[in-house]
Amino acid sequence: MKPRHRRLALVAAGLALLAIAAALVLNAFQSNLVFFFTPSQVAANEAPQGRTFRIGGMVVEGSLKRPGDGLTVQFVVTDTAVNIPVAFRGTLPDLFREGKGVVAQGQLGPDGVFRASEVLAKHDENYMPPEAADAIKRAHATSEKAAQTLVVPDGGKR
Amino acid sequence: MVPELGQFALSLALLIAAAQGILPLAGAARGNAAWMRVARPAAQGQFVFVAFAFACLSYAFVTNDFSVQYVASNSNSELPLEYRIAAVWGGHEGSLLLWVLILCSWMVAVTVFSRRLPEDMVARVLGVMGLVSVGFLAFMLFTSNPFERLLPAPLDGRDLNPLLQDPGMVFHPPMLYMGYVGFSVAYAFAISALISGKLDAAWARWSRPWTTVAWLFLTLGIALGSWWAYYELGWGGWWFWDPVENASFMPWLAGTALIHSLAVTDKRGSFRSWTVLLAILAFALSLLGTFLVRSGVLSSVHAFATDPRRGVFILALLTLVIGGSLVLFAWRTARIGLGGRFELLSRESMLLTNNVLLVVAMGTVMLGTLYPLVLDALGLGKISVGPPYFEAVFVPLMAPALFLMGVGPLARWKKASLPELAVRLRWALGVSLATGALLPFVMGRWSALVGFGLALAAWIVATSALSLLERVRHAGSGAELRARLAGAPRSFYGMLLAHVGIAVFVAGVTLVLGYQLQKDVRMAPGDTVELDGYTFRFGGVRQVDGPNYVAARARIDVTRDGKPVTTMLPEKRRYRVQENPMTEAAIRTGITGDLYVSLGEALEGDTWLVSVQRKPFVTWIWGGCLLMALGGGLAASDRRYRVAVRRRDEEEVAVQGGLETNPARSET
Repeated sequence: MKPRHRRLALVAAGLALLAIAAALVLNAFQSNLVFFFTPSQVAANEAPQGRTFRIGGMVVEGSLKRPGDGLTVQFVVTDTAVNIPVAFRGTLPDLFREGKGVVAQGQLGPDGVFRASEVLAKHDENYMPPEAADAIKRAHATSEKAAQTLVVPDGGKR
Repeated sequence: MVPELGQFALSLALLIAAAQGILPLAGAARGNAAWMRVARPAAQGQFVFVAFAFACLSYAFVTNDFSVQYVASNSNSELPLEYRIAAVWGGHEGSLLLWVLILCSWMVAVTVFSRRLPEDMVARVLGVMGLVSVGFLAFMLFTSNPFERLLPAPLDGRDLNPLLQDPGMVFHPPMLYMGYVGFSVAYAFAISALISGKLDAAWARWSRPWTTVAWLFLTLGIALGSWWAYYELGWGGWWFWDPVENASFMPWLAGTALIHSLAVTDKRGSFRSWTVLLAILAFALSLLGTFLVRSGVLSSVHAFATDPRRGVFILALLTLVIGGSLVLFAWRTARIGLGGRFELLSRESMLLTNNVLLVVAMGTVMLGTLYPLVLDALGLGKISVGPPYFEAVFVPLMAPALFLMGVGPLARWKKASLPELAVRLRWALGVSLATGALLPFVMGRWSALVGFGLALAAWIVATSALSLLERVRHAGSGAELRARLAGAPRSFYGMLLAHVGIAVFVAGVTLVLGYQLQKDVRMAPGDTVELDGYTFRFGGVRQVDGPNYVAARARIDVTRDGKPVTTMLPEKRRYRVQENPMTEAAIRTGITGDLYVSLGEALEGDTWLVSVQRKPFVTWIWGGCLLMALGGGLAASDRRYRVAVRRRDEEEVAVQGGLETNPARSET
């Protein structure tokens, strides 16, 4: 093989490798990107059925329940506008607390209950998961806007 | 008073660093020997002042001087002494100071171990490192001063994050930084070579031991972090593909590629531009890693944007380092030359393929890590990229690299022959296929992924054994076996050891993922749960007082076939200052696997949620990393690097004659 051909072959091999890597990345992105939705968005049916996504907000005070054997936990996540019930089987993280921010990853069941496969609460007591903070901020913004433009007696509660 | 002295020392260190960054580089450019000679004393002086500043900050921590803001936010009078010292690098400002201290230590090491290097090379290397130091010292003094006073002083500090109050976390950051900063030496060598235009095999040989030692520390640092996550986070995971972990993993991947590429440049003179690029990349990723973890950009892009001083400084520094290096590279690249030629099938081509695989894998990790940040910063929505993405991309990219890892060391330089390789490798292939096919049955259950992983691990071990065998056989007949073994250089054994370390690591990962078991149960005193033949009996919980926490400690007796195995004492701690609960898992470590018990929440009465896990061969993961690091140490201590330095004068003749005339060196 001439040196020029050899170099061409090397370049071609490199490009092929990059193409394979790109295909892998795109494929993995397609199926594994987890999008974030606020409880309001979930209530407005913006979240996909049958696909894993994240919701975030505050755990409603007094909503934590352990029916049955105590391994399944139920609680309610709110962005102060909309409440979404969440069910989770497993050990809750150390910093999970009622009245604190939380992010849950899982799928929305047909009964409107979010079945979490993972519950995240971060390392620091005062630290609000950014997604949760964002959800609450957005809910506030919408309700303020609504209050300015329309008379909505119950602030969009469901 | 002491904090002010510390700050003064830092300011002086900045001035010295500036002198060190300018004079030797200018001296080397103009051939002024007096200016070049500034480099060594400047580096050593800078070390003295930074070490003094570090001592001042440690003193403030030890004496609980809460009038220093950084101490007040990271320590507490109840914190035990060893964690008060570890708290020095528990936050952003202090870890920057540690970074600079380690940078200065590496500079001093360069001044000590470079006696036989040409004076202009040493001047340039130390000059470049001095410039890096200027960047960091300025960053620290202008945006993140660890000695900032907080007046009036609070009565007590906010305490160190309980997660960091652990021996693993005491050593993890210094190890990691030794690795990160160590790549600055490789970077400085690369930049010096670019400036001088002498990018030859001698340069690669000087750079090699430094790069290997840096890589060794980075390996240990990552392993420590992973081990810490395993026992401290309380649910038995050992790698999360978390941005913080990825930040340290990316320079490791680039550094691994760099080590191999340097070997080719050293032995064959090829890949020169690629090696330089990798050296720049490894250091740039180390900088990125430091800043990603410590600047707060990960927890919130917006918090980062609201304090733009740090952000702008970081971006400017990164741009300067990467952009400046690349401009220099583009300017000088025409003078580099191509080096030794090689065929499509040769050791060079396999090393190149592995290099490309490692860098591509690094790129995919970077994409997965930064993509959510970029989207969020641009306001395009929040997404998260979890472990499934990384596993789906990383494993297929690394599997061929592991396969080539077995072939590469046995292939000839320059031109290898496929039929010949196939004949030599047939036994190794047979052994590894048999292992992959049969060993899973011994473990109890066959699955394709487990078989594949074990086959790859066995392939690496078998081919390493084959390399050793061939080396001994060719080492000259007649000599005793021991003499033949001793005849092989240390770098060869280092390579074998590191490769076997990879195999042990792969086997550990495969077996843990394939056979781990977990049960979450509610347990009242007297309840038992069975897992993998072990019986766990819950003996209730009692309260225990720690120095700065109270804990609920459970007693769990483990038996197997009626015989007692061990007693495990998992805890749920509540740290008094930050009011954070913490799970302390109880682990029984064994060479064939761990038992892992952690307490969940307290339910009504004496009932608790308990998680019991069986983690087969999990220690092999860190054992493999340890072997890799040992291999790196062995390779870096090879006689060749010292002898080569001593023979510099002969080398110089060959170098000046250009690389093409350089005779091919011994095939190690």
